[in-house]
Amino acid sequence: MAGRSDEQMTGAEIILKALADQGVEHIFGYPGGAVLPIYDEIFQQEKVKHILVRHEQGATHAAEGYARSTGKPGVVLVTSGPGATNAVTGLTDALMDSIPLVCITGQVPTHLIGNDAFQECDTVGITRPCTKHNYLVKNVNDLARILHEAFYVATTGRPGPVVVDVPKDVQFAKGTYIGPGNIQHKTYRPRIKPDQNVVRAAVDLIASAKRPIFYTGGGVINSGPGASKLLREFVKMTGFPLTSTLMGLGAFPAGDKHWLGMLGMHGTYEANMAMHGCDVMINIGARFDDRITGRVDAFSPHSRKIHVDIDPSSVNKNVPVDLPVIGDCAHVLEDMIRVWKARQHQVDKPALAQWWKQIDQWRSRDSLKYKPRKDVIMPQYAIERLYALTRGKDVYITTEVGQHQMWAAQFFKFEEPNRLMTSGGLGTMGYGLPATIGVQMAHPKSLVVDIAGDASVLMTMQEMSTAVQYRLPVKIFILNNQYMGMVRQWQQLLHGNRLSESYSEALPDFVKLAEAYGAVGMRAEKPAELDDAIKAMIEINRPVIFDCRVASLANCFPMIPSGKAHNEMLLGEDVPDAEIEKAIGAEGKVLV
Amino acid sequence: MVDNEPGVLARVIGLFSGRGYNIDSLTVSETEHEAHVSRITIVTSGTSNVIEQIKAQLERMVPVHSVADLTVQGNAIERELALIKVTGKGEKRMESLRLADAFRARVIDATTESFVFELTGKTSKVDQFISLMQPLGLVEVSRTGIAAISRGPEGMKI
Repeated sequence: MAGRSDEQMTGAEIILKALADQGVEHIFGYPGGAVLPIYDEIFQQEKVKHILVRHEQGATHAAEGYARSTGKPGVVLVTSGPGATNAVTGLTDALMDSIPLVCITGQVPTHLIGNDAFQECDTVGITRPCTKHNYLVKNVNDLARILHEAFYVATTGRPGPVVVDVPKDVQFAKGTYIGPGNIQHKTYRPRIKPDQNVVRAAVDLIASAKRPIFYTGGGVINSGPGASKLLREFVKMTGFPLTSTLMGLGAFPAGDKHWLGMLGMHGTYEANMAMHGCDVMINIGARFDDRITGRVDAFSPHSRKIHVDIDPSSVNKNVPVDLPVIGDCAHVLEDMIRVWKARQHQVDKPALAQWWKQIDQWRSRDSLKYKPRKDVIMPQYAIERLYALTRGKDVYITTEVGQHQMWAAQFFKFEEPNRLMTSGGLGTMGYGLPATIGVQMAHPKSLVVDIAGDASVLMTMQEMSTAVQYRLPVKIFILNNQYMGMVRQWQQLLHGNRLSESYSEALPDFVKLAEAYGAVGMRAEKPAELDDAIKAMIEINRPVIFDCRVASLANCFPMIPSGKAHNEMLLGEDVPDAEIEKAIGAEGKVLV
Repeated sequence: MVDNEPGVLARVIGLFSGRGYNIDSLTVSETEHEAHVSRITIVTSGTSNVIEQIKAQLERMVPVHSVADLTVQGNAIERELALIKVTGKGEKRMESLRLADAFRARVIDATTESFVFELTGKTSKVDQFISLMQPLGLVEVSRTGIAAISRGPEGMKI
């Protein structure tokens, strides 16, 4: 007899069986009345390990960190009502950054739905716009199919979060389990393989380029490590320069000579100028986000644009492109390389040499330079030292959101994909600390560091308790400038230096706070003591909060002020305060 | 064409409101009971870029089978049904009945002082009829919004 496919079990059993059959090893969650049957099943099995967070938002970010660092879907389990609403930020974050999540939410029993029952909320209604798809399971016999479908939808095509809302009576009811093998979704068929004619046209255009640039994004990382390998191969074959979005960092090694650094609002001068001046732009898995383009009508005005994306709705959304290639990055890159070889294309070497000469001139501006100081730690210096002292280690970095995030992107050199976990699209302060929990869970032996800011980190600080409970030796490296630095920077730029509510009054003593959680607290205040402190932090095999006191008024440059084009960057220290104040015009002020 | 599942209309409407697109009219009904397929007909407006974007956004929704832009395809038939209540006596009442006849509207309810007309046609025809009824005692209008289909032998793919 082959395996029975019509096993009868309760809804809660079906959930655990489906998770196990999907290969899920870890779920992040928080119990409550409407998920108690599922927690009872968790108690009685060993295949799926549950990580108890301290707030449901933490569960979603931990699952995002897990997903982003492994390429596997992250799984979340929360209760009805506040459990579900607390998960909304993380779900939205995952939607914006295309992170595969499956979030199971408890719901009040079917007969109470719509009655304003205790801890009831319209979970599918609330999460409809912040998920890729969601389900309310009203019949236990649909449960197994829906769960397998949820994993399929979350992980294929452009990945994203999927919510499965399961009323409590459905968790108790007995129904039929079916395995993941026999599931085919009725309508959802994302396009993975590109149209070969389009690929040929794109490759011909690439070969004709005189001032080309690769502009790559998170799609390359979502496509799997194979896509990064192919990207490297294609760049090596062509010798073209490459820049990447925040979400794409690591897909191409930052140590490579073709690497121009990150582009966009806080990207390097050479990356943005090359985007502005290129004649052929090859966008692979990026989506022309407003942080990237600056003023859209002045964005790369003289280029023909190729856009490789798995999501047709990304094409022509912000920027009109000449050649959209719909497909998965790895498939498209593979086809492009094959066609390039088959058609024996050669790059225009003299033109390319001229282009590199121009780029090297831009590079020589050294747009990331900052004034080092002896008396106080510059935040950029702190990241440079963190980077230098973690060489040779297996490092994963997460960040919160703000200046420290941009400095991390500028100064920490990512060489491999899946090594940077950050909230790009939604910009969720409080992402980084819980994300380290997911990353460390997936990579127990690795060094996992959250490059944090003092304001962001307090938003989800309670997850230190989770780290301590599971003995996760995560390192929370706080660049403490006692400000919401990016808010302050914008107030300086836009609002006459009136620092409204952006000073972090009454900050806790982070060292004592760490100790209160049962973690290790450390502090560095002077550049001279930084190296030893970082080394000590790395050696400690326990969770650490590192309070790195940095220059309080440092700002993040270079910067494209909002409403400006790529060739109108502000370059750090050369900019006098007066110019900073008038850098953003009236039109730019209303932009974010 | 969408899966006729709970919430699918809310998804489509939410996409329009969430992304700032306009809905001029919307009709929805199950069209294939066995296959659980519903047809949603939306009249919207925008530049060709916006329409392309709406189409792409709709197409990527999980329960959406297919999306057709009948305006771009050209040659589509649009019809709307309206129920129109008019009250009046004497000459006004007779005039409304004569006009209804001219527009091929049917009387589907009558009292000594009122009619309910049923009228099917293009939106412009319905608009015109309603404006003519205005001075004759128009009380209430119920309109379905536009249902549309392409001409010729080809059916829309599901």
